[in-house]
Amino acid sequence: MNQMQNFTKGFFRENPILVLVLGTCPTLATTSSSINGMGMGIATTFVLIGSNVVISLLSDVIPDKVRIPAFVVIIASFVTVVDLLMQAYVPALYETLGIFIPLIVVNCIVLGRAEAYACKNSVFSSFIDGLGMGLGFTMALGILGAFREILGSGTLFGYKFIKGDGILVFILAPGAFMALGYLIALINRIRRT
Amino acid sequence: MAKAESTFKNMVMSLTFISLGASACLGFVYKMTKEPIGLSALNKKLTAIREVVPEFDNNPNEEMYRLPTGEGDSLDVYPAKKNNQIVGYAISTYSKKGFSGTINLVAGFKPDGTIYNISVLQQKETPGLGAKMTGAAFKNQFNNKNPGEFIMKVKKDGGPVDAITAATISSRAFCDAVQRAYITLKKGGLK
Repeated sequence: MNQMQNFTKGFFRENPILVLVLGTCPTLATTSSSINGMGMGIATTFVLIGSNVVISLLSDVIPDKVRIPAFVVIIASFVTVVDLLMQAYVPALYETLGIFIPLIVVNCIVLGRAEAYACKNSVFSSFIDGLGMGLGFTMALGILGAFREILGSGTLFGYKFIKGDGILVFILAPGAFMALGYLIALINRIRRT
Repeated sequence: MAKAESTFKNMVMSLTFISLGASACLGFVYKMTKEPIGLSALNKKLTAIREVVPEFDNNPNEEMYRLPTGEGDSLDVYPAKKNNQIVGYAISTYSKKGFSGTINLVAGFKPDGTIYNISVLQQKETPGLGAKMTGAAFKNQFNNKNPGEFIMKVKKDGGPVDAITAATISSRAFCDAVQRAYITLKKGGLK
């Protein structure tokens, strides 16, 4: 597999949300608007790239039996760094995402890529893998967020273009499940043909 | 380099060094971001104060004082002055009666006790319902009203306040917070 395929697999063939259905908790919770979804996606991308690179660098010195605790320490450090940076430089986004930033630690995408890819592959491949997976995640969250924002409040990126209140259920939790379900169904249909 | 064996020594060593490296990085980032984090919190407060009181030329943050609410708690009061004359008070108030979590807001009063403006600092109400309390449509009905006459109760409870559709609890909490600020300020020496 060349690096191009390695990069693009995160978008479609192995998209973490739409195909692997990993990390659905932050997906459902933070996509009430497109900005929030993409902010979450970018934060996760940063953590994913950082942890993938560091873990593939250290994979030789981490004994197998303690690899999970070692991965968790590395991932948690990156998440804390993102948390502090967001608090300092984008306080508005930090406030809306709030609790979901620390929760990136337990996002199965990050640990999943560390375990399944980064600890067995070279540093550069792991970097590309993290970037592709992260951007695929961001894309899925952005689409889902935009979909829910348009239907739920008639806005896109905060810009109002439909009058009135919108279909409230799409902003709330049940709407998140419905929107994600339809999106996955749609992607499956496209993949079959 | 060959893969490290899972011996006791190797496991302890690798985990120790990884943890040491991680804590060093975190310490560095914490030091680097400490100042901007403090600054952005202060800026947010100052912006909110500027929004809720008439124009002033002092530094309300430095002249801040506390007034007891009478419920075993106290609220921060930021006096706004122009040419050494009080033009308004910004009070940082809260309510725990919200739908989810504490609501923090800054209420601005003119010296005679009428509300000048209100700004919501933090709320975790339902998006699309209670979260609309930050919007002008709900908030502005309080402007230029005196809580002495304009009773802080939603229409459902016999008051004059137009509640947000399908978010009566959030609206009540909003009134609760403003009322707390008003009572505190009144007890603290407002004529």
